Amino acid sequence: MKTNQMNQTVVHILLILLSAACLFPFLLLFMASFTDEQAIVQHGYSFWPSQFSVDAYSYLWNQASTMARSYGITVLITIIGTVAGLLISALLAYPLSRKDMPIRGLLAFLVFFTLLFNGGLVPTYLVYTELFNMKNTLLALIVPGLLTNGFFVLLIRSFFSTSIPVPIIESAYIDGATEFKIFYRIVLPLSLPILATIGLMLTISYWNDWFNGLIYITEPSLYSIQNLLNRMLSNIQFLQQNSLGGNSSQAAATIPMNSVRMAMAVIGIVPILCIYPFFQKYFVKGLTIGAVKG
Amino acid sequence: MSDAFKKLKRYRALFLMILPGMAYLIINNYLPMLGVVIAFKDIDYSHRGLFGLIYYSDWIGLKNFEYLFKTNDALVITRNTLLYNGGFILLNTTVAIGLAILLNEVRNRLASRFYQSLILLPYLISMVIVGYLVLSLLNVENGFVNKVVLPMFGIDPISWYSEAKYWPYILTIVNLWKNIGYFCIIYLASIIGIDHEYYEAATIDGASKWQQIRSITIPLIAPTITVMTLLAIGRIFYSDFGLFYQVPLNSGPLQPTTDVIDTYVYRGLMTLGDIGMSSAAGFYQALVGFILVLVSNYIVSRRDRDSALF
Repeated sequence: MKTNQMNQTVVHILLILLSAACLFPFLLLFMASFTDEQAIVQHGYSFWPSQFSVDAYSYLWNQASTMARSYGITVLITIIGTVAGLLISALLAYPLSRKDMPIRGLLAFLVFFTLLFNGGLVPTYLVYTELFNMKNTLLALIVPGLLTNGFFVLLIRSFFSTSIPVPIIESAYIDGATEFKIFYRIVLPLSLPILATIGLMLTISYWNDWFNGLIYITEPSLYSIQNLLNRMLSNIQFLQQNSLGGNSSQAAATIPMNSVRMAMAVIGIVPILCIYPFFQKYFVKGLTIGAVKG
Repeated sequence: MSDAFKKLKRYRALFLMILPGMAYLIINNYLPMLGVVIAFKDIDYSHRGLFGLIYYSDWIGLKNFEYLFKTNDALVITRNTLLYNGGFILLNTTVAIGLAILLNEVRNRLASRFYQSLILLPYLISMVIVGYLVLSLLNVENGFVNKVVLPMFGIDPISWYSEAKYWPYILTIVNLWKNIGYFCIIYLASIIGIDHEYYEAATIDGASKWQQIRSITIPLIAPTITVMTLLAIGRIFYSDFGLFYQVPLNSGPLQPTTDVIDTYVYRGLMTLGDIGMSSAAGFYQALVGFILVLVSNYIVSRRDRDSALF
């Protein structure tokens, strides 16, 4: 038994070190955002600033209108995208799960084939910009991410076909319920676990999406928080140049740019960190059903 | 005829349900699939609209591909894509299995969950944020590495964002850091599924922990390893665009070691406006990628029918 005890200690030490390695860059970012600008210039970013300061956050507070707008856009596209994506996926998945659905095999193949082959960036970009004129519209931040491909649809379908007893559906139909009524009164309520899991995955992918903004949005007033962060990563003056409100006459030299950048990133992560502990179970489930067929 | 009509009427509601999703897949997936013909055209922007653009532009056969493969570009981006992804597969798999075995050894369930949360944390955040995290470490003037780590060893500051030679290591570490939690959870799920009686019997027979891992754990999770690896090989022609675009800050001097097919296609389309080259590279990726998916899936299905995609 003694050797096993030893084993546990070694295991814990190794895991603590590895977890710390995962956490370490976040801590650095967090501390950097609270460091005085002069201290950064002298000592660089550090885990324990020689001088604390909230200048970065008070600067961002002055830019509150820009920040709030980007936040608003992110929240909006996340909510609309998640709800619409989930609804469209479930609506597509349900008939495919019904064994009596005509041309079911063909339809399922059409969904599945999108996992195997895609046209790539250039044709997709041209479809959305030239055919649907979505450049610089909020739709460009929502539509490309709704289903991306048929993967989630297939996961939901396999949940429907394994977890929803066919007799329930049949008896409801005989009792005169319409297909839509069966769908939202019976099928959806019985499928909350998979819907929560896929919904969470969609929420995270919308919240984190910067790619659609990068290629479809050039108008700063339509930037989501990720796109704002993306622009500030390459152009530290971006917020200053595009300041919509606040004190734009503030001299560039007095802006604590090095810490402002890090504060922006902190603001971008915090919401995800806040919801993570509560949804970890669903998140882990989403990853494991996604990996090796659900 | 009237039978088919009756059937259609009976299933009208179900067809209505699939309508939005199917329409979406046609727009988002099938139209772009047809759009790959752009790679064989000399796109002329004086025509308006998608169909005008494609219909009126001249066919030029394989010209775009000739340009692409005549330069060194195709070789460099293919090599980078394959080497990075190959390295990622090897490293992610070994480290993730090691970590999953460690996590499985933890008796305290609360502690195990705590470690899992922290290790999975990087997987949750966007690549833009990862770009910031790496910048706070590698920034030339203020970065933690140049200001704190290197001086400890008496090494002069390094201009990380202009020295291409370091990036294969940096990107590999960043990729490992970001994705290890994901792979770890997959393998942990597989290890947890192993029947405990194997270990009990082995312990009675006096097998050491190391022997148990080598002769029980690894062989029993081998199907998962095979499937995960083959699926990854099926996607080896595609790379994580964010990793190669955000983390090196799209820096020009780093391109020899950070440019992959996805970043090349992006740059051709969005920065250089060279649609011909960009779509040719995109088509090359889609085609080889498609073949690789089919081949790897074929191998998976021969080994383990249930794990195959189709």
